Amino acid sequence: MTSAEQKQAQEIRRLAEAKAAEPGALLPILHAIQDQVGYVPESAVPIVAEVLNLSRADVHGVLTFYHLFRTHPPGQHVVYLCRAEACQSMGARALERYARDKLGVDFHETTADGRFTLEPVYCLGNCACSPAVMVDETVYGRVTPERLDEILA
Amino acid sequence: MANAPATKVFVPSDTSARSLGADRVADAIAAEARKRGAPVEIVRNGSRGLYWLEPLVEVEVGGERRAYGPVAPEDVPALFAAGFLTGGKHALALGATEAIPYLKKQTRLTFARVGVIDPLSLEDYRAHGGYRGLANALKMTGEKIVAAVTDSGLRGRGGAAFPTGIKWKTVLATPAEQKYVVCNADEGDSGTFADRMIMESDPYVLIEGMTIAGLAVGATRGFVYIRFEYPQAIATMRAAIERATAAGFLGDNIQGGKGSFHLEVREAAGAYICGEETSLLESLEGKRGMVRYRPPLPAVKGLFAKPTVVNNVLSFATVPIVLDKGAEFYKNYGVGRSRGTLTIQLAGNVKRGGLIEVPFGAPLRAILEDFGGGSATGRPIRAVQAGGPLGAYVHPSQFDTPLDYEQFAGLGAMIGHGGLVAFDDTVDMGEQARFAMEFCAIESCGKCTPCRIGAVRGVEVIDRIRAGVDETANLALLKELCDTMVSGSLCALGGMAPFPVLSVLKHFPEDLRSSAAT
Repeated sequence: MTSAEQKQAQEIRRLAEAKAAEPGALLPILHAIQDQVGYVPESAVPIVAEVLNLSRADVHGVLTFYHLFRTHPPGQHVVYLCRAEACQSMGARALERYARDKLGVDFHETTADGRFTLEPVYCLGNCACSPAVMVDETVYGRVTPERLDEILA
Repeated sequence: MANAPATKVFVPSDTSARSLGADRVADAIAAEARKRGAPVEIVRNGSRGLYWLEPLVEVEVGGERRAYGPVAPEDVPALFAAGFLTGGKHALALGATEAIPYLKKQTRLTFARVGVIDPLSLEDYRAHGGYRGLANALKMTGEKIVAAVTDSGLRGRGGAAFPTGIKWKTVLATPAEQKYVVCNADEGDSGTFADRMIMESDPYVLIEGMTIAGLAVGATRGFVYIRFEYPQAIATMRAAIERATAAGFLGDNIQGGKGSFHLEVREAAGAYICGEETSLLESLEGKRGMVRYRPPLPAVKGLFAKPTVVNNVLSFATVPIVLDKGAEFYKNYGVGRSRGTLTIQLAGNVKRGGLIEVPFGAPLRAILEDFGGGSATGRPIRAVQAGGPLGAYVHPSQFDTPLDYEQFAGLGAMIGHGGLVAFDDTVDMGEQARFAMEFCAIESCGKCTPCRIGAVRGVEVIDRIRAGVDETANLALLKELCDTMVSGSLCALGGMAPFPVLSVLKHFPEDLRSSAAT
């Protein structure tokens, strides 16, 4: 292990131990790791398993069940495009095609310049102002291709 | 001049309002006020839920709230010039907020304070009737609280519409050394945002409702499970819990009494199925969100195998008013077995989308036309999906149906959590049918074969139909597949994903033909 990897492993262990006593700790721990590191590295699985006295399969199973958790580093920003019905009714499908074309990536991929990771999301609760897009934790409403250009500038 | 009282100007901090630029409007107002030396106090309130008017700015003039909207930052200098701080005339002036017809025609019981108060101000909350319900509940036995909720006729507002009082009674009657209250705030249905609004704009009403539930059934711990897609709701609820605890409304010895209730927010992680209560409990326990068999019911064996009340945000948010004004008060609204008010969320392709709280029984058409003003594009509304992604697409011939649980069930449709998504006549209903199966496949927990495999096959069969491959045989196969999923699935995800598909087959069959696919 490189010294950077060791440091990361220590940080992950610290995050896991801090919440280990909470009921149902695994999800709060995975959230804490992703919030801090940007993703949940594969190397985190055995550490968390040990801290919680679970099998690595258990931890892997939970990590891979939920759409939010990612096992690879994202770009500088995560761009969530809503694909659900209220957004569909106002042009989300066309917006999706535009975004994939403009950024040159498909869902779950990161642009070559490392700026944006594109992800699908199913409902941001912005349904009367659709189509909706969330960049990191900022939500945008009534997003047109022109608006998307401004947002991602 | 220096002693002039500051004018209160309200700019919503609600996510939808911010998604349309409310923060920049607030900044522009602050800057313009500074420039003019005008004493202004900006209050970031919740949204009134009149989303076509957002950002909706309100000014308090002589104790009355006057509305202007939709306001863009560029409009701000002209608004000041027109004297908007004293309710001056301007193209964007809407008059007294509560006289706006869309709002005036509603019966806001659950949403009484949303958009009115500063969300995190306990003072505001109490000045508007907050914590009166809890004050009454603290003097009642658990049985009496449960009886009040039962008598009110309140049915779960999450979608299943199960009588809330009966659920609580079961938990109360089940002995255990630890019981739990869980709020399902994983509002995953497209077309719904009522839970988000409550959490962002009136967080204390949810806290109060959950606390009353805890006192009713003997539960001392509670969790609010909030979808990760609602970052602002998560932050607001956490802040509200902190303040409520500091003020003695949560924790041990609530308001100096013997009651104790500890509440915590838990963040979900992007799985629609975790809106199903047993899957949610699995997730809270730190596991994959797999659906459990029932029985046992969560009321008997729920979180960590203990008796657990699981209710939706709106159900909890309605409890305080029942405990404050009494069961009869709430029961007197509504029709038949649907008592109280229905919180409709009008979304999608409508001119005037928003939050509409009315007694049960209003016809769907009244919502779409009188409130909604028809479609946003001006084209005819061709279909309305009611109740989320597992809900049927309602055909215009059915638009006169009253919004009541039983009447909608009679249509083969559902009210669910109250979301209504309108589509105009450019919609390809074959594509919508395909999405119903696609979404089910993406979100399936994988436990039962009819859902896990059925949804995947559903997409394939629909693609074949749309490509003109063995249309007749594949249409028959699709109907059979839907039947299998409805009868054989473990939960409502697989069990109801066919409903939108079946509604397309029945009411929009022309779109599920190869000639329709583009």
